[in-house]
Amino acid sequence: MLRFLLGRLGLLIPTFFGVTLVAFSFIRLLPGDPLDLLAGERGIDPERKAELMAQMGFDKPLWQQYIDYVIGIFHGDLGTSFASKKPVLDEFLTLFPATAELALCAIILAVCLGIPAGIFAAVKRGTIADQAIMGTALVGYSMPIFWWGLLLIIFFSGILQWTPVSGRISLLYFFPQVTGFMLIDSLLSGEKGAFISAVRHLILPSIVLATIPLAVIARQTRSAMLEVLGEDYVRTARAKGLTPSSVIGLHALRNALIPVVTTIGLQVGVLLAGAILTETIFSWPGIGKWLVDSIARRDYFVVQGGLLLIAGIIMLVNLIVDVLYGLINPRIRHH
Amino acid sequence: MNFQKTLKATLLGASLAVIAATGASAKTLVYCSEGSPEGFDTALYTAGTTFDASSKPLYNRLVEFKRGTTEVLPGLAESWEVSEDGLEYTFNLRKGVKFHTTSFFTPSRDFNADDVVFSFERQLKKDHPWHEYTPGTAWEYFNGMSMPDLIKEIVKVDDHTVKFVLNRPEAPMIANLAMDFASIVSAEYADSLASAGTKEQFNQQPVGTGPFAFVGYQKDAVIRYGAHADYWNGKEKIDNLIFAITPDAAVRLQKLKAGECHVMPYPAPADIADIRADSNLTLMEQQGLNVGYLAYNTKVAPFDKKEVRKALNHAVNKQAILDAVFQGSGQAAKNPIPPTMWSYNEATEDDDYNPDLAKEMLAAAGVENLSMKVWAMPVQRPYNPNARRMAEVIQADFAKVGVNVEIVSYEWGEYLSRSKDVDRDGAVLLGWTGDNGDPDNFLAVLLGCDGVGGSNRAQWCNDDFEALIQKAKTVTDKAERTKLYEEAQAVFKDEAPWATIAHSVVFMPMSSKVTGYVMDPLGGHWFDGVDIAE
Repeated sequence: MLRFLLGRLGLLIPTFFGVTLVAFSFIRLLPGDPLDLLAGERGIDPERKAELMAQMGFDKPLWQQYIDYVIGIFHGDLGTSFASKKPVLDEFLTLFPATAELALCAIILAVCLGIPAGIFAAVKRGTIADQAIMGTALVGYSMPIFWWGLLLIIFFSGILQWTPVSGRISLLYFFPQVTGFMLIDSLLSGEKGAFISAVRHLILPSIVLATIPLAVIARQTRSAMLEVLGEDYVRTARAKGLTPSSVIGLHALRNALIPVVTTIGLQVGVLLAGAILTETIFSWPGIGKWLVDSIARRDYFVVQGGLLLIAGIIMLVNLIVDVLYGLINPRIRHH
Repeated sequence: MNFQKTLKATLLGASLAVIAATGASAKTLVYCSEGSPEGFDTALYTAGTTFDASSKPLYNRLVEFKRGTTEVLPGLAESWEVSEDGLEYTFNLRKGVKFHTTSFFTPSRDFNADDVVFSFERQLKKDHPWHEYTPGTAWEYFNGMSMPDLIKEIVKVDDHTVKFVLNRPEAPMIANLAMDFASIVSAEYADSLASAGTKEQFNQQPVGTGPFAFVGYQKDAVIRYGAHADYWNGKEKIDNLIFAITPDAAVRLQKLKAGECHVMPYPAPADIADIRADSNLTLMEQQGLNVGYLAYNTKVAPFDKKEVRKALNHAVNKQAILDAVFQGSGQAAKNPIPPTMWSYNEATEDDDYNPDLAKEMLAAAGVENLSMKVWAMPVQRPYNPNARRMAEVIQADFAKVGVNVEIVSYEWGEYLSRSKDVDRDGAVLLGWTGDNGDPDNFLAVLLGCDGVGGSNRAQWCNDDFEALIQKAKTVTDKAERTKLYEEAQAVFKDEAPWATIAHSVVFMPMSSKVTGYVMDPLGGHWFDGVDIAE
């Protein structure tokens, strides 16, 4: 297991350098620069522009800028946002809990609904129930997120008025951010009704963000389950006279879950991509929208720092998934 | 169904409990703003969204625009005198003006001349300790308005008198001082941060003299302000002002309808009819202080001939553009300045849409089989909601007079920088939103000889026009300036360096409970003087 872990960790090093290089060059390959965009129609004097570019270190050769950037990373310095004048890492840490909370709720929702739905569809293979579940999953998978979010807002918040339109908590509540997770902070604040308000604000964005992963997980569970249900050991278990629930729960599910866990791990990337749209619709103050705004502004340090941090999180989650995979499936860790 | 009822009752009960728990006596106005401020030290930035959240609620200026107009009124300066030669502006400062007392700063003195000197010198002097107080500091508006060349020095005469000495006469100077970058900050607060070694807080926890004091900002989510109890102009009627940052226009409207906010900016044009029909909402509208235009390159043949430019102007069907691009939220432009601006030349006759005449004029000018480029901006701007669509309409119009148009576009930063090129190939769609309500801010910036190779996209330098606008800069009498600008507009129309296209109309939907809101022709959003009916 240790060798397995070390092998996985070793892979992270080239990945890290790859990511820094991609993040660094990506934003610089885009035409336009932050100063032209800041000045807009008003324009900026070329001398003044050169002076400011020098002040930010953008006059150095690219390789020098890259080395400065990598050295900065090892000192925990990702640079300063051109727009807000705040350190990139501080901004990320302020905003990330909002995205994490939303993504966690979404993935929990997707797993809790997706796996049972997939099992059910597999067990009832070929029935109307199976077709209905898989049909719905296909619709969910191809759902345009922005449209779907607005539709839910108009129906549930506008017409039925069950849920708030957007934001993380009612504006009536105002308490300091402790963990950044609104569900926890609202409980810590001790203010009456704050927690319920935070939950209500989470419902629609979680549903929207969970839609695609839910569909993927349901489909993946169904096909993995079908494969396993046809195996000899399942037939043996049935032949032993085990109840259908223990055949499925004990023997089939554990093996069927292996590819599903991988799928869940891969959904983290999907969640973060989906968060960009979901955060914009629901005015959710997370990293997705922050990054998109920064790309539009050519806020170099935010984009290269933000991409690196997000890539780091995805790598970490994938590492955890790999380890879990090894735990569920002993064959992997021995290879 | 029962479940639905129970759920709805539970949720409704929960929200009522919340309102009861927090007390309904304080009046809170919620504004669903369109984006996050970059920071709160206004002079560092150029974006309207940042100004709305910083300079407008938090600060005052020496002079202020009278709400709803571009007329200048006394602000922190009670009065001012301009010397005969137009080089010295002396301001008599208001006494007894208090800075905000907040959880992070308690002022020990009232506003005085030191604050004025500090507010400007930090932008002007490169060796000032606050000139580069945070990484990437760029006083871009101050620089953009050519203040470093204009201001020679700022002198504290006594505690309540400040003198600005200029290098040359500049009639729009007073209007410039009403702009956002000229907001007055607290020198005492700056000193206390400097000694604590936390200068960067100046941009994050602002202190001003304005109608509202800063309470807190949760990044990308909520900004909170409280009414300034000791405001020199009287305490506001609303106790709390909240900006709920809501980037999507459709979501803003849903929040407004659900009562989650009271005022929203920038509705989607498609929603206007729906908003008008809603009896709970009020829709205010105002002509924007802007112009959208097509600038020919007057340095490149055949556009160096005014007959050719004039002919093409007759080929543009402005009504078709208003219908297709502005969808009822625009007005055809005949002058380079908007009709809400003083000195607008009512007498100007627009080049009417007449393709036959255009063809004749082109033939008379000896132009045949003309092919040209039309540049379409890649972004939505107040003066042009869809440049691509506009370019397509122009393409079709020009095809009718035998001119073949190729539409080109670049990324926004590139677009702005490439379109400045004197040898640029093609006519450029662009526009302008006024900064200070002074005609000089349109005519000199966009059409003056200094702007060639820069903000003058037509690369047009006309001696008659230039003489008029230069003279108008030095004259302080408004009636005389008006006359000069009217003449300049006549020269412009005759020379046709642009096809003037449209001025947009700006809409502002709000709850019908909101009273006292006044729209700003300069595009800002102000909440002093606003109240909510119970």
